[in-house]
Amino acid sequence: MSDIAIRGVRKSYGRIETVHGLDLAFGAGEFVVILGPSGCGKSTLLRMIAGLESITAGEIAIGGRVVNRLEPRERGCAMVFQNYALYPHMTVAENIGYALKVAGVPKAERLRRIAEVGRSIGLDGLLDRRPAQLSGGQRQRVAMGRAIIREPKVFLFDEPLSNLDATLRVQMRIEIRRLHDRQGVTSVFVTHDQTEAMTLADRLVVLNAGRVEQVGTPEEVYHRPASRFVAGFVGSPPMNVVDATAAGPDTVTFGGLQLTVPPHGLERGARLAVGFRPEDAVPTAQAAPDGPVAAIDLVEDLGALRLLRGRLGGADVVVQTAAGTRHGRGPLPLQIAPSAIHLFDAETGLRLAPRAVRAAAA
Amino acid sequence: MQKRATFRNLWLASAFIAPQLLLVFVFFYWPTAQAAYWAVTLEPAFGGGNQFVGLENFRAVFADANYWASVGASLLFAVGCTAVAVGAALVLALFADRGLRGHRLYRFTFFLPYAVPAAAVGLTFRFIFSPDAGLLAGINHVVPGLWNPALDGNDAFVLVLLGQSWKMIGYNFVFLLAALQNLPRTTIEAAAMDGAGVLRRMWDLQVPLLTPTLFFLLMVNITDSFVDSFALIDVTTHGGPARATMLMVYKIYLDGFESKDYSLAAAQSMVLMALIIGLTVIQFRVVERRVHYR
Amino acid sequence: MIERTPLVNLLTHLVLVGGLLVLLLPVYVVVVAASHDLVAVNQVPMPLLPGHHLWENLAVAWQKGNFRNVMLTSVIVAGLVAAGKVGLSAISAYSIVYFDYRLRMVFFWIIFATLMLPLEVRIVPTYAVAANALEPFQALFDLSGLSVTLPRWNLLNSYSGLVLPLVATATGTFLYRQFFMTIPDELAEAAKMDGAGAFRFFKDVILPLSVTNMAALGTIMFVYAWNQYLWPLLVVTDQNYATASMELGRLVPSAYGEAPVWNTAMAGTLIVMAPPLAVVVVLQRWFVRGLVAVEK
Repeated sequence: MSDIAIRGVRKSYGRIETVHGLDLAFGAGEFVVILGPSGCGKSTLLRMIAGLESITAGEIAIGGRVVNRLEPRERGCAMVFQNYALYPHMTVAENIGYALKVAGVPKAERLRRIAEVGRSIGLDGLLDRRPAQLSGGQRQRVAMGRAIIREPKVFLFDEPLSNLDATLRVQMRIEIRRLHDRQGVTSVFVTHDQTEAMTLADRLVVLNAGRVEQVGTPEEVYHRPASRFVAGFVGSPPMNVVDATAAGPDTVTFGGLQLTVPPHGLERGARLAVGFRPEDAVPTAQAAPDGPVAAIDLVEDLGALRLLRGRLGGADVVVQTAAGTRHGRGPLPLQIAPSAIHLFDAETGLRLAPRAVRAAAA
Repeated sequence: MQKRATFRNLWLASAFIAPQLLLVFVFFYWPTAQAAYWAVTLEPAFGGGNQFVGLENFRAVFADANYWASVGASLLFAVGCTAVAVGAALVLALFADRGLRGHRLYRFTFFLPYAVPAAAVGLTFRFIFSPDAGLLAGINHVVPGLWNPALDGNDAFVLVLLGQSWKMIGYNFVFLLAALQNLPRTTIEAAAMDGAGVLRRMWDLQVPLLTPTLFFLLMVNITDSFVDSFALIDVTTHGGPARATMLMVYKIYLDGFESKDYSLAAAQSMVLMALIIGLTVIQFRVVERRVHYR
Repeated sequence: MIERTPLVNLLTHLVLVGGLLVLLLPVYVVVVAASHDLVAVNQVPMPLLPGHHLWENLAVAWQKGNFRNVMLTSVIVAGLVAAGKVGLSAISAYSIVYFDYRLRMVFFWIIFATLMLPLEVRIVPTYAVAANALEPFQALFDLSGLSVTLPRWNLLNSYSGLVLPLVATATGTFLYRQFFMTIPDELAEAAKMDGAGAFRFFKDVILPLSVTNMAALGTIMFVYAWNQYLWPLLVVTDQNYATASMELGRLVPSAYGEAPVWNTAMAGTLIVMAPPLAVVVVLQRWFVRGLVAVEK
């Protein structure tokens, strides 16, 4: 198990730079999830750690050793690929044991460890099969087994669950996390699925367009998104964000409506974005004067809860209510607790921290 | 095999298929039937209808030591050309696939020989390997008479074998490179993560995964060496010296058109045809099984 | 991928450069030999650098081989074969893939099986057919007892004779069939919903989609027809129909051993190999694609 340090790492293809100077540090034994939309550079970052992609600038160190010039096999990483990348002409046992064979481990020892790994990931009795004869979930396990058997210092996962159906995805997600808890190996997991990210991560790295948007625990990222992008990307459904103007140090207005927010020391007339989670917008019977009223035009019943979709202050918004509530289409007065409101700078998209918190921290 | 959405316009269907069926009938099936007919009949010396002689023509062919010599030469030729052309192309494709500096140039150049007409290949190799001019003639200056494809059967055989292989290397290269580039890149990367170096990956991964393509090329090369070698032989050795390069197809041509013995030529054609059909059937059997890996 | 493999890289370059030299050497030798005078070309060892007589030798070979006529014939034949093949295969494959009639699979196998009957193998009887292309039908009529007398249709010494047997082969039909099978069913269904019939669908959807395939097949067939040797040798006795590839054989004395006029022979070789090489160099992408597509 090793820590990973990423310092000023950039990646360019020809003249086009796709990763713009990342600085990150992953602790030994940590489960880090890199989350971002497709094309944000998350897979590139992972492949640079693995040594499958060269590093244009900056450096990556694994366990204190700079690995920029090292070949994949010298870095002590194991990787699980999105399409599993199993060797189609080898049996499950040969697939799992290939790294040992290359390393020159004697056959008896090899077979013992293959059997052991096979048992631990539930592939008993399938060791003589070829990948083509396995189901998607079984192939996924073989890919895992192939990574485990090498007892690597770092596990790298490149969207390993995205080829599985929903049920299996949840099951494998749980197994991956349990495996990590048992073995405690540093893991870096790349995904675009925020549920996967939230459930798996000790720490989340949210990446957008080759830059870090936020690093933090899932809780931090969810409750204190560092930017408008993170707010809109994490959470299902994501946070509602409405453009607004400051009307006073603790008031904002949008579309003729007013909302009281925690003291941010806002300058009157400053342009901002107001965010609130769908579950933090509570429908009320009695609208406050000038309080927010959403125009609901679609109701989605998800069984356990209901989503009310509509417009508020010129933006699409979603309000989440418990099942059984009877709100329908039409105007819906909302009550939003000041503590549940997030403010973002309209220009930079960065989070504006409330005064009180800042004062306490200082 | 079958489209879900089809049309019912029978007139159009027939009109579209008819031209090819007619051509195929006139130029493939009729001649083949004709050959089969000639193979079991004999034309009497003084005119009149052909006389049925059963397998007599085949017996005559098989009793001829020259025939067996030509079969032997053809098989040796097939094995030699295929080994050289597929082997060399495999090595070139594996290395070209690494994508190092200049790989575009290689990709572009390596298959050019395939476009050269066999007759031109023949003349070119005849010059290069000529005993008294060309590239190899220098040998004879050092050791007089060491190299002379005009007199030495082995030399002549090597000449046509290299000519045929040279032409086919480019063809094989195209297929092998395409197949290599179709292999999923992550599989190769996984092997690299597993610690396998470049050469090890070639041997453990790329070559085994190329098996279907290699097999296909094996069949194509053998067939091609049987039939397409005609022009090469005709402009270089004429089957000589001393029948050393008398391949089956050339012997059929000589027996048919020079000796005008249609019956013997036809009997030999039937044998060669059976051989090629056999190869094709084997190929299909194996191709069906290759679903296995995928 | 990060790999520090200087030795393997060196090996790679050595193998590839070696391959390049070996594969290009014969062509280079042709160029060198075609550019020297008769004395120089017969030197041992032969000169390794091109001389100054290339144009002169090309001119002599051009004259001697009657290449003005011969090249024209070859271009016409290769062009006709390519065009005929592209058209014929498209319609026959369309009939096999997009219609549902009882004999569909029978026709498919009839055409398919011809891949196992190369021209070289059935050369003598094919020649006999070329002497009278209607003979098979005459024979069928005779067999069935109908007293119909068809005229003779002699294909010897004619473009039809040079072209038709080459057009008959099944390769193109296969290329199209493979391609048609990859076209989603929904496309035909959508066309049907839009009210298009079989012919309209062919003309408005299938043909435009097939352009790349046509280019690929056309390129391959042009080269294939240009390089034909045995068939023209048989059907042509009249110089007016001689093709470039067969004419090459006449540039050197047939008896092996007699010293040929190598510089003009190599100049002739250069002339004959230039067009197919040019086609392949210019249309390489299509040529390779078509070649590889036939396999699957």
